[in-house]
Amino acid sequence: MSGVLHLLRLSGAASIQDGGRPGFLRDGLSASGPMDRLAHAAANVLVGNPPDAAAIELGLAGATLRAEGGPVRLALAGACGPLRLDGEPLADHRSFLLAEGAELTLGRPRAGVFATLAVAGGFGLHPVLGSVALHRRAALGGLDGRPLREGDRLPLAGSAPAGAADLCLDPVPLESDRPIRVVLGPQDDCFASDGLATFLEQEFTVSGQADRMGYQLDGPAIAHGEGGFNIVSDATVMGSVQVPGTGRPIVLMADRQTTGGYPKIATVVSADLRRIAQRRPGEAVRFEAVDLATARKLAQGRAAARDALQENLRPVVGAAERLMAANVAGAAVDAFRDD
Amino acid sequence: MTHDAPRLLACGDTAFTIEFGDRIDPALSARVLALDAALRAEPPPGLCETVPTYRSLTVHLDPLVADPERFGRAVLALAAEPLPPPATARLWRIPVVYGGEFGIDLDAVAAHHGIAPEAVIERHAAPEYRVAMIGFLPGYAYLEGLDPGLALSRHPHPRPVTPAGTISIGGAQALVASIAAPSGWHLLGRTPFRNFVPARDPVFLLRPGDRVRFMPTPAERWDALAAAAEAGQTVAEPSAA
Repeated sequence: MSGVLHLLRLSGAASIQDGGRPGFLRDGLSASGPMDRLAHAAANVLVGNPPDAAAIELGLAGATLRAEGGPVRLALAGACGPLRLDGEPLADHRSFLLAEGAELTLGRPRAGVFATLAVAGGFGLHPVLGSVALHRRAALGGLDGRPLREGDRLPLAGSAPAGAADLCLDPVPLESDRPIRVVLGPQDDCFASDGLATFLEQEFTVSGQADRMGYQLDGPAIAHGEGGFNIVSDATVMGSVQVPGTGRPIVLMADRQTTGGYPKIATVVSADLRRIAQRRPGEAVRFEAVDLATARKLAQGRAAARDALQENLRPVVGAAERLMAANVAGAAVDAFRDD
Repeated sequence: MTHDAPRLLACGDTAFTIEFGDRIDPALSARVLALDAALRAEPPPGLCETVPTYRSLTVHLDPLVADPERFGRAVLALAAEPLPPPATARLWRIPVVYGGEFGIDLDAVAAHHGIAPEAVIERHAAPEYRVAMIGFLPGYAYLEGLDPGLALSRHPHPRPVTPAGTISIGGAQALVASIAAPSGWHLLGRTPFRNFVPARDPVFLLRPGDRVRFMPTPAERWDALAAAAEAGQTVAEPSAA
């Protein structure tokens, strides 16, 4: 029989996400999907799943899980905290077997926000509009249309493949040290020149209002132009930086509202969506404008990094690999850099 | 300001917006829907999805397949051409119970305009509206066609929760709300009709371009209509033009 993954303890946010649910923006439904697509893909590839398979996304969360009804093969990638398997320390960005009855403890991440816990074979959940990704506001997807909570028993789609080797990957870097790249527009002409200068030259910090819908930033107010701060609603995209009347920007994310009546000064380039997603409340954000050709090159680089995950898999060989921590993988981190 | 020609606005490397103007205007909406129909009839390589709004069309693309800059310019050129209007739209007759607990702002809106609540109902239910866009939250239908005499700026302090099925107005816009949400709009009534039901096929009913009429309905009929809606009936059968 197929087993379940029993969520014994949870502190922080957790939901089921897969590649998301594109195609319904014209119906007012944002696509959801992983906040960090590279981390999501890495965790899935480590357990032999397609990169967009359903997995557990943890947001600044700690958790304890137990395999019930059979063993399960797991991997954690992204913003990881200390991992323990029945009390024994274990490295992240590697796959491992959680035996029936064994307990896995995930500590809160040391840095960054979102981690993905992937399960070989994925979950036995019913897709809604082609996806099991949770869209919380729409109460759609996930487990019964809601975030995960303590006590949940997640049905597994298959059993752990027998004899599969433990694999590892270089940790996906969080790249929190550099500016977030944006393309100006669609409504940069709604801002005074000093408003644009504030946006591009000053430092902002992620506020406590940061979730899968959007990241509100604290910092200097961005001045609108003479036209004010109301526009007739138009469409948003993931990464839209909208500036309401307060002048405090909000970066719209995976579960955002699909339209809005505030001008959008800029759009985070698709390659940097995961980088802003991984900034936690209190951390600094600076923006840097790039042109569309550069943004497209960055997207190509990001796609190449994702495609390379599969070929970069290598077997876990010894104690050194087992305990390899994110902060010692300097050379590997550089390989992910896209400029 | 009216744009003589549509404008191309960048939305990062995965989308762009073709803006026909910056106001609510049936002529702009018609051009938005015509461009939407043209792109959907023959999707260019790399097109992912399109999002019509009152005054603009946002086009999502795969930057690994299409060059966003070139793609945007090509769609802008298409937008400047005279395009055939979309195929005839469906008409939805949506039952609405006005006032009282169903529309808690009806009396205040009437008082603001110096007319009787019955006159607000009459003027709200008179026009044939057009769905200009579905947005904000799943299934929220924004209509054009509101009697300008009913236009009223939004509440300065939004209500934290308004019920599913809320029929409201804000500025020059009229709205059919699908799910419960905060709102700063003026609540005139409520409908048991649901544009967004995840367990139903189809999940969404209204489409941009569809026509809508509101059918004033006595409060005594609410329970029966709500039960029918709960059982999966649309309670607002569409008819062809």
